[in-house]
Amino acid sequence: MFDHSHSTLPAAPGVGFKASHFAALTADSGPVRWVEIHAENYMGAGGRPMAQLSALGERFPISVHGVGLSIGGEGPLDADHLARLKRLIDRVQPASFSEHLAWSSHDTGYLNDLLPLPYTEATLDRVAAHIDEVQDRLGRQMLLENPSSYLAFEASTLSEPDFLRALTRRTGCGLLLDVNNVFVSATNLGFAPLDYIDAFPLDAVGEIHLGGHDEDTDDHGAPLLIDSHCRAVADPVWTLLDAVLMRTGPKPVLIEWDTDVPDWPVLAEEARRAEEVLSRLEVSA
Amino acid sequence: MTHAAQFRAGLLDARLPVPPGLTDGQGRPAGRRYAVYRNNVAVTLTEAIITGFPAIASLLGADNMQRVAGAFIRQEQPRTPILSQYGAGFPAFLAEQDQLSHLPYLADVARIDLAMRLSYHAADHTPLNPAILAQPDEATLMATRLSRAPSLETVSSRWPACSIWRYAMGRTADKPAGEAEDVAILRAEFDPVPVVLPTGGQRFLDALRADATLGDAIAAAGDGFDVAATLTLLLSHNALATPQPKG
Repeated sequence: MFDHSHSTLPAAPGVGFKASHFAALTADSGPVRWVEIHAENYMGAGGRPMAQLSALGERFPISVHGVGLSIGGEGPLDADHLARLKRLIDRVQPASFSEHLAWSSHDTGYLNDLLPLPYTEATLDRVAAHIDEVQDRLGRQMLLENPSSYLAFEASTLSEPDFLRALTRRTGCGLLLDVNNVFVSATNLGFAPLDYIDAFPLDAVGEIHLGGHDEDTDDHGAPLLIDSHCRAVADPVWTLLDAVLMRTGPKPVLIEWDTDVPDWPVLAEEARRAEEVLSRLEVSA
Repeated sequence: MTHAAQFRAGLLDARLPVPPGLTDGQGRPAGRRYAVYRNNVAVTLTEAIITGFPAIASLLGADNMQRVAGAFIRQEQPRTPILSQYGAGFPAFLAEQDQLSHLPYLADVARIDLAMRLSYHAADHTPLNPAILAQPDEATLMATRLSRAPSLETVSSRWPACSIWRYAMGRTADKPAGEAEDVAILRAEFDPVPVVLPTGGQRFLDALRADATLGDAIAAAGDGFDVAATLTLLLSHNALATPQPKG
């Protein structure tokens, strides 16, 4: 059981780091006060990625964000991957480590997507055991991120916020609240995003994510949003961020932009918008 | 079958029906919502192969590469979540494709693409000080053991694989000539480059990897081996490392 320190990231804007932004980011980071890396991109032994990571670590608090641990998986955690993660965490000494409420590996290999799981007492036991194992192995608390959902399981007996709350109570883990994921899931599954936020264990939130989504439709013509991280954050997601921060107070807010990555000024402008939201909060406090 | 096994089964086989027990959150069947996951898996793994084998993508063209990579990801998924290591089986896969048999060099060019990635992520090293080779005493020099840089990779080909790779990547306008090439991937600092090794160079580097002395490695390289040219090439790319103390 780990205490609720959640993370030591500053309550300020951060960005998901892209190698193409290295020169611009290190020359003038603008409003960006911290950076997040995907753990699996920094598991090589050396070369430019590790050199850039070392340079970033001297300038910014680092958040290590894993995408491949398959915490929601049915089988045991991959011990080799956990060992690689432990080496990276020991090397970087990040301000935060986070992973997803999802699975991505099965017996045939790694599927490179964040796949969903039903919310039941059985899956709760399994995910809690996996989080315990990760936190024990890494010797630190982790944050768990809420997923984007495109469908629901008939087998689910717990709501997602209740499932996440139970995990925080059992394991002492913190939560990474992805506000875009809330908006995407709410639209796709037909619930009110604010109801989800009101049910969410906000006292466990150590970090917030924002990202862009694409718009599609399902078989019945109903809107189907895709969590693509390939464009600017949508206006209703900014509005939802306001509502979240009014409830939580200032938090570290990350802009994710992973495909069709824009030039640095475009990403910096998104971070500036997050900075504005955070500064409005300070004025009204 | 468990939830995950059912969910997993249809992800890479679009002929299978949507797994049971999935809804749109309002009680209706999930239908094409499941295809979002199918699409994510196929698109991102295919993209990993396309970006991981840029010379093959250039040689085959976008449409063909999409088809070949799409077939490969259904046969072999990543063994780890580190996508930069994905595709070790792709060269052999290319060699097995009947419709690509008129391009028999593809597998070796793919091995260069793969070796470039391994080199890019390999451990850093302290380059060998060339002064070590300025030994006045030849016996001492020949008894010296040289270490390969961790980022040094080699690919031996019956085809002019390095010339084809360079042509495919737009590094040269010269059409590749029809000779076998032994290729070394050399990384002076951060950016690996493939170069053609002089005659015997591959055998020389194999001997160094087996911890041979310089004298034994030169003997292993065989007739016609130009030791001065080979060492100059390796040293100019920081491809030899300061030996680490044993133990």
